[in-house]
Amino acid sequence: MSQIDLINIAKSYDKQKDVLNGIDLSIEEGEFFVLVGPSGSGKSTLLRMIAGLEEISGGVLKINGQTVNHLPPKDRNLSMVFQNYALYPHLSVKENILFGLKGRKVEKQEQMRRLHDAVEMLGLQDLLKRKPRELSGGQRQRVALGRAVVSHAPLCLMDEPLSNLDAKLRANMRVEIRRLQKKLGLTMVYVTHDQVEAMTMGDRIMVLNDGKIQQIGKPITLYNEPENLFVASFIGSPKINLGSAVFSENAKHLIIEDELHIPVDPAVFHHIPKDRKLTVGIRAEHLEPCLAKKENMYKLEAVNVEQLGNETLIAFEVGSELWTAKWPGQWQIEFGQKVLVQMKPENLLFFDADSGELIKSAELETSQGAVTV
Amino acid sequence: MLSTGKKLIFYVLLIISALLLAGPALMAIVMSFMTNQDILTGSLPTTFTFDNYIAAFERLPFLHFLFNSLIVSMLITLGQLTLSALAAYAFVFLEFKGRDFLFFLFIATMMVPFEASVIPNFHTIRNLGWIDSYAGLTVPFFATTFGTFLLRQNFKQIPKELREASLIAGMGDFRFFLSVVLPVSRTSLVTLGIYGFLTSWNMYLWPLLASTNETVRTIQIGLKQLQTQEQLNQWGVMMAGAVIVIIPTLLLLFLGQKKLQKGLTEGAVK
Repeated sequence: MSQIDLINIAKSYDKQKDVLNGIDLSIEEGEFFVLVGPSGSGKSTLLRMIAGLEEISGGVLKINGQTVNHLPPKDRNLSMVFQNYALYPHLSVKENILFGLKGRKVEKQEQMRRLHDAVEMLGLQDLLKRKPRELSGGQRQRVALGRAVVSHAPLCLMDEPLSNLDAKLRANMRVEIRRLQKKLGLTMVYVTHDQVEAMTMGDRIMVLNDGKIQQIGKPITLYNEPENLFVASFIGSPKINLGSAVFSENAKHLIIEDELHIPVDPAVFHHIPKDRKLTVGIRAEHLEPCLAKKENMYKLEAVNVEQLGNETLIAFEVGSELWTAKWPGQWQIEFGQKVLVQMKPENLLFFDADSGELIKSAELETSQGAVTV
Repeated sequence: MLSTGKKLIFYVLLIISALLLAGPALMAIVMSFMTNQDILTGSLPTTFTFDNYIAAFERLPFLHFLFNSLIVSMLITLGQLTLSALAAYAFVFLEFKGRDFLFFLFIATMMVPFEASVIPNFHTIRNLGWIDSYAGLTVPFFATTFGTFLLRQNFKQIPKELREASLIAGMGDFRFFLSVVLPVSRTSLVTLGIYGFLTSWNMYLWPLLASTNETVRTIQIGLKQLQTQEQLNQWGVMMAGAVIVIIPTLLLLFLGQKKLQKGLTEGAVK
């Protein structure tokens, strides 16, 4: 069982402001857990604390139920992949992969067996004699993975391992890492600032900002029910469309950015406090083209159009905000053209404008979520 | 491209300055093969002779001096490499209180000229009874600020992640030092080695003070003895001695020039 428990973990440098504060978290065995957040949010620090490379200023860290706060890294039985891969430049690929095993006094035969397995798994057969500088970025990445694989540690930590690769290779490696993790049954803690990586790879995601946990949950939960404005705007691409909103005096209309007047449907709006300043959000795919039903229609001015082939991104000006709509297929829309957009009130997310907390998330269309074969 | 005229001027100037620079050395080499009469009359060489070299080896235990110089230089080089590498490792990879302060203090000793510490050093080795011993000639030079500084700058370029990866692999400081840090920065080690060797090979003042007889005396002092033993200086013999002395220097320089340049400028330009 490889389970990590963080209990009220905190980190501060030189007794100054806390970098991390009140982190409570438990990571299950065999789970792919992603730590995501903007740069400076403390996610790498947290990972390094789990690895034992950074001192823990407060709280308790448990691995397999044992408190390991002061255990040196080598006794925590884990492997780590670094952003710059940390390959030894003077050693060949083979020596790099086996480097850790020599320190652990693993038998020669066992070493060779593990090397063989790892090399086969990662397709490094022809590169064993090369030096790291003779490898491409993707190959270096594989060698770094190989080092983690041969260690046979049940827990693997990764610190932005894909950020030095180009987009295409990154997509490839995402799949490969995910497959490797499932195949070996590793418990993975993966740090990234890329929300797409987080969404596509993680079993569960923790969003960090300013050293505080914003939300922990399944990727799809974070997307559908973000607990606050930060998570809402951090997760999802294109970004969620946000606008400030107030109710009109007779509470008949919701006015977004002084521009859109949405008739209040009591079925949708009955939990929403009418007397507060709100921020509403709507995902790009919910600003739909007007097709059959002629209701909830709004005329918006297109200020930018991006043709992606399979879909079209259209930017609209709404008050002071720029909203993006994602329409499937190809649409011929001119700059400055007035476009009819359908926006259903049940797709709106409501946040408290002052605290940023979620008041009500969008109502899910269950028909899409429950397809089973 | 330069025009032909300009090129011509440049090359003439270059040749003149090259001759000016290499002149004394060339003269020494030519003189070492000339007879004393030719040298003193200032004429061009009329005969070509090895007599000066033979005389140099006969007059003094020249080979013995050369051997001493070799031993002393090698000991100093090894001592410097070992101590500076270990000190530089501590300044880069170990975290302890007052590390930066200690380093600046260390650097500050560069401002104390060697001559200022000659007398205390001499007292120390005399009290230790190290006069006329290899230890007395070498140990005072083992600690070098320059070497530590050079290696520290070099070690700093080793990514911190390498140390962290080795920590996770369960490797101690000393093994990391031996199996990663030293091989990765071998260029700088070679540079420092050559530099240390040449400096100690050319040392004059300290070996003169620390030795009273011929047992451990180095070649530079031998050269000086060639000069002063005679009423009338035998320039040919002295030049022959000098040529022998610069041979190892030149050899090292030709062999290590590339590495030396690379090492000294490493880190200076990205």
